[in-house]
Amino acid sequence: MSVDRRTFIKAAPAGIAVLITSSAVAPAAADEQQGAPQALAYTYLRPSEGAFVERLADHMVPADALSPSGNELGIPVYIDRALSSGWGKGERVYLQGPFLEGTPNQGYQLALTPARLFRLGTEATLQYAQQTYGKRFNQLAPEDLDDLLHRLKDGRAELTSDVPSGEYFNLLYALVREGLFADPAYGGNRNKAGWRMLDFPGVIESNKRNIARYRNRPYRVEPISIADVSGWTGQP
Amino acid sequence: MRTHKEVDVVIIGMGWTGGIIAKELAQAGLHVVGLERGGSHTTQEDFAVPWIRDELRYSVRNELMQDLTRTTVTVRNNVNERALPMRKLGSFLPGEGVGGSGIHWGGLSLRWTDQEFKLKSMTEQRYGKAQPSDGLLIQDWGISYDELEPYYEKFEYMAGVSGVAHNVGQRRAVGAGPAGGNPFEAARRRGYPLPALDTGLAGELFNAAASSLGYHPYVTPMARASQAYVNPDGVAFGECQYCGFCGGYGCEVNAKGSPHHTMIPLAQREANFELRTHAWVSKITQDAGSKRATGVEYTNLASGQTHFQPAAVVVLASYALGNVHLMLLSGIDTPYDPVSGNGVVGRNYAYQAGTGVALFFENQLFNPYMNGGLTSLDDFNANADFDRSQIGAIGGSVLYAGASQGLPIGARALPQGSSLWGSAWKQQTTQWFPRTMTIAAHSSTMANRWNYLDLDPTYRDALGQPLLRMTFDYSENERKLTRHSAGILNQIAAQLNPTHRTQAKAAQSWSVEHYQSTHNTGGTIMGADPHTSVVNKYGQAWALDNLFIAGASVFPHDAAYPPTLLVSSLAYHTADAIKLRYARHQRGLV
Repeated sequence: MSVDRRTFIKAAPAGIAVLITSSAVAPAAADEQQGAPQALAYTYLRPSEGAFVERLADHMVPADALSPSGNELGIPVYIDRALSSGWGKGERVYLQGPFLEGTPNQGYQLALTPARLFRLGTEATLQYAQQTYGKRFNQLAPEDLDDLLHRLKDGRAELTSDVPSGEYFNLLYALVREGLFADPAYGGNRNKAGWRMLDFPGVIESNKRNIARYRNRPYRVEPISIADVSGWTGQP
Repeated sequence: MRTHKEVDVVIIGMGWTGGIIAKELAQAGLHVVGLERGGSHTTQEDFAVPWIRDELRYSVRNELMQDLTRTTVTVRNNVNERALPMRKLGSFLPGEGVGGSGIHWGGLSLRWTDQEFKLKSMTEQRYGKAQPSDGLLIQDWGISYDELEPYYEKFEYMAGVSGVAHNVGQRRAVGAGPAGGNPFEAARRRGYPLPALDTGLAGELFNAAASSLGYHPYVTPMARASQAYVNPDGVAFGECQYCGFCGGYGCEVNAKGSPHHTMIPLAQREANFELRTHAWVSKITQDAGSKRATGVEYTNLASGQTHFQPAAVVVLASYALGNVHLMLLSGIDTPYDPVSGNGVVGRNYAYQAGTGVALFFENQLFNPYMNGGLTSLDDFNANADFDRSQIGAIGGSVLYAGASQGLPIGARALPQGSSLWGSAWKQQTTQWFPRTMTIAAHSSTMANRWNYLDLDPTYRDALGQPLLRMTFDYSENERKLTRHSAGILNQIAAQLNPTHRTQAKAAQSWSVEHYQSTHNTGGTIMGADPHTSVVNKYGQAWALDNLFIAGASVFPHDAAYPPTLLVSSLAYHTADAIKLRYARHQRGLV
């Protein structure tokens, strides 16, 4: 970690910048990896859906030199929490009828919250995979899974329940990306591995001097998440 | 319905325009009530580090933006389609809550000139009359740059704009002003209050490439304080930290000029100002003869109770689309009819056209989370010598260059042919995330007879009122402008010689999906003629002397430049008109 990374600006009441050091709050990365992993429960995903997102997470984000696998990153946990959240339940989507098919320029016109779109789309995709490849989803070869995802993306997969496959794919793709890159507070991006992959420094960025100092030079620092700076610990 | 005691002024909306007018009138001693549909915002509670640095919450889930379950708009490209509701946010992002879109704006502050305010007369003088078949509805605004100049300056000093002025005191020949300034800007009395932001490596590269092609790049003036600053109202600004969480976010050190830490606390210091949040105005009421506004009806969203607030003056200062909606719901003045061409409310709706390129460099590290200031180019916009007859269009295009999106969920630009998932995608994303810059072009959109706003016949908001219906598409003029600007982008991109690049293309058809800009304009436009406008140059409604409208809904067309500096300066102009002229005479000011 570079020395100037250790300082950041915190807002004081009058809008006056105050420098404090972050060395006390930046954890050693190794600490988080010790001990048995804590078991977490799904609160939205059904068994088949859990297995589905677990396979999807490792297929889209495989373990390699750049990061651990999607499951090790907690992407399925992120997806489950997102679908159970107010966002998943459509808290900001206009869902009054009548529901009619529009032009592509008119955007999303389904009568479904993200959680319901996920449920219907996944059910139909599992069925579609069985019909198309003659295997259960979790038995699909990696090439079959690539083919299936491309069919969904291009809207070529005819799904039952009239779910447009392109719309469903957009949801899956966004969820996986978010599970990889959103703040670890949301359950994914464990140990900030998604941020480490990109050398993204996280929430503490005081770049007034860095923008000149690191011009066309690599900038690698221990990324800092929301909880690293101000997390709940249960301790007084 | 609960009826309140009459006040001097009731203001609908507490963003930049409502905030400026509230502060100016409250300090002048008028009794002012400000009504805001959303909740309160303070830097300490709402924009503190680390919580504000949450890309998922703010950029992806749009927490600071309008809640569509309460109200949205319906959209269609033309009158032959059936309009359907915008069910999710995408193309544009109106803010909600105290500060409005002034919280999450990007801070770009460019002065619109007489090229816009005298659009019709200057265009006809130089190029002759436009062909009527184009369907263009161009007109002069009835205001001039010289009238607005002191108000531009007032906003720039109040909001802490950082930039380089080229033409202080007078127009200077290209190259005769300071480096980093825009030689094509209109003459200005004073320079910017703060030095320009560092534009980073992307600005450096763009500057060199554009200059070598004979263009005149300059540092984009932005309301991001490049140094700690105390404005003329005594408000302290922190120093911009180039943190990358800017557009879409509130600023934790108040380096970005926003209403919630400038205008609104100043208004609240006055005993004669009262702010009511969660107050959703559903109607501006009129007297029996439809001669004067009598006040506003609103619903308290906490209790559901309806209220009537009588007032001597009503100021309509919500987002541009909200202004038009409320005028239509209140039945003030005549709704526009595109078939007959009669009527004014909803007329001249426009929305910014644009195009862009992404450039990928094997050997350049932009570290895009260090978000430098932008670099602009006005050779094809403010430059009066740019001959529009070459492209056969009215208006122009401004270019902006900078590092690419520096936040990981949103950073999706990859060279063509890249993978979408798997190890190859991870490798490509890792390689290009820090090595990508972008150049965008924003073009004017001229008003067109068939682009307009009215009330939707089918869909309703949470209060049971009809939604606003938007009928809009780009016309031939915008296609020509963006075809031209795409050519310039591709030329500069080629000059920059990146490892890979995308191709800029002309705008074709407008889609409600994917963020483009929050630059919606028109619908209650300003003009010199009550038959073709809703308000005069003071924002005063022709139909009701004591109703004033502030916001981009008063723009007769959309220029290449962004709207915030102009809407805020016009709000100062309106505040002065109410304070100095209307309060004395109580009648039409023109």
